[in-house]
Amino acid sequence: MTAYLKLDHIDKIFTRGAATTEVLKDINLTIEKGQYVSIIGHSGCGKSTLLNIIAGLTTASTGGVLLENREVNSPGPDRAVVFQNHSLLPWLTVYENVRLGVDKVFARTKSRAERDAWVMHNLNLVQMAHARDKRPSEISGGMKQRVGIARALAMEPKVLLLDEPFGALDALTRAHLQDSVMALHQKLGNTILMITHDVDEAVLLSDRIVMMTNGPSARIGEVLEVPLARPRKRLELATNTTYLKCRQRVLEFLYERHRFVEAA
Amino acid sequence: MNMPATKIEVETATPATTAAPVVAMTPKRAPRSEAYARMARETAVRVIPPLVVIALLMLVWELVCRRAGSALPPPSKVFKDTKELIVDPFFDHGGIDKGLFWHLSASLQRVALGYSLSAIAGIALGVLVGQSVWAMRGLDPLFQVLRTIPPLAWLPLSLAAFRDGQPSAIFVIFITSIWPIIINTAVGIRNIPQDYRNVAAVVQLNPLEFFAKIMIPAAAPYIFTGLRIGIGLSWLAIVAAEMLIGGVGIGFFIWDAWNSSHISEIILALFYVGIIGFVLDRLIAGLGKIVTRGTATS
Repeated sequence: MTAYLKLDHIDKIFTRGAATTEVLKDINLTIEKGQYVSIIGHSGCGKSTLLNIIAGLTTASTGGVLLENREVNSPGPDRAVVFQNHSLLPWLTVYENVRLGVDKVFARTKSRAERDAWVMHNLNLVQMAHARDKRPSEISGGMKQRVGIARALAMEPKVLLLDEPFGALDALTRAHLQDSVMALHQKLGNTILMITHDVDEAVLLSDRIVMMTNGPSARIGEVLEVPLARPRKRLELATNTTYLKCRQRVLEFLYERHRFVEAA
Repeated sequence: MNMPATKIEVETATPATTAAPVVAMTPKRAPRSEAYARMARETAVRVIPPLVVIALLMLVWELVCRRAGSALPPPSKVFKDTKELIVDPFFDHGGIDKGLFWHLSASLQRVALGYSLSAIAGIALGVLVGQSVWAMRGLDPLFQVLRTIPPLAWLPLSLAAFRDGQPSAIFVIFITSIWPIIINTAVGIRNIPQDYRNVAAVVQLNPLEFFAKIMIPAAAPYIFTGLRIGIGLSWLAIVAAEMLIGGVGIGFFIWDAWNSSHISEIILALFYVGIIGFVLDRLIAGLGKIVTRGTATS
């Protein structure tokens, strides 16, 4: 097992005035290249903080993030983020939103024409090429999230960070988009780290599920391998015993742990 | 049970498809005339009510001011007195004896210069105050006090400093219109969503790119609110300032008319001042709409 992305003893303490809150405690995790890892936990457990630390948008209080054995502590396109609320710039078209990142990342390595082709290639990957000249306000929530994914993919990130990417979508759109992300992962072999609070989503998409305990001082409670072969089919898995077992395991963890913390 | 039902549907469907081309021809022409009618109706709805109100007001004015010994002239007299000025706004007999066009254009030039300066300085200062907490702490109290000073209170000071009417008038416009621009720009910058900053950070935009590609477009709706208030204020200030500094300009034209007891000319000038103020406001609003591309709210 080769560590591609390594989280090394990460603690995060928020200080506001005299009050300090320890949000994350001693987070250790290694992710292999091409793996799809989900982080699941109850809301408020600091999983978004963890993703922000990996993205470089927040700094860890102690410990660090290693990507290909080099420490990263500032944001960059090698760890592109798909934000929960898509975060497309409303004054730019779909095309321009993707182009913004492409122009920065490939300023020296690609010509104008190549960059244009690369933007369109990525819009095609998420089936959004038809809306290239639309503004974010003119497309649906699911389409916005597709563009968000295209923007992140177009930066050719070493790790793709998904921050509850399907959280704001309705169930049908979410299922559709999950299938798209699975297909993209299959096709491109990206390393993906996804934050989620949806058990089915985690089991369906991930190779490994990292379950976090409740905060404050949240830590990794358990890591579950999902030994399901790819490509995975949503309908077939519904009756698959491995799938059901994994699902059961995650539910048990969340349910029992949640109860335990409340009693304490 | 199902079979006959589907059969009936198929049978009724076929005549409908053959008839379709005939149906398709007529609606093509119909919406166009309908669209014209709708456009005419919409224009009428907007134009007729104000015209009716204006006509009524004129009538009241005429009736009130028609009596002998009335201090102000009725509209009919205003029109009669100022006919020459209306018909020929371009005459120039030297000195300040010029047509209204020249007076208005002199005022507009001063506003254009003063307002441009205040737009540039206002946006720059607004960005500074919006972006830096320390700049805000240091400058904001100062702005809050300075912005309450009436425009004309600045005039003696600027006359003392510049020793000339022209730069003083421009300075008064500048100092009057800059405050709403600074304050609104700062609010706009402060309200840029963290999401946009995160996007910029991930893409690794440098400060200059961040300014041009994120900051200005994101704050544009706020900036244009400030610019719109600013243009209104500068048009307010110019008339007052010109009354005092003299020379060519609509403000002095009004003052001169008052000194010569040409009340009708004052009324005409006020009419022009109002119309131009309105046009300036619309101009900035329209520019804002183009620049923000109608995405201001989303």
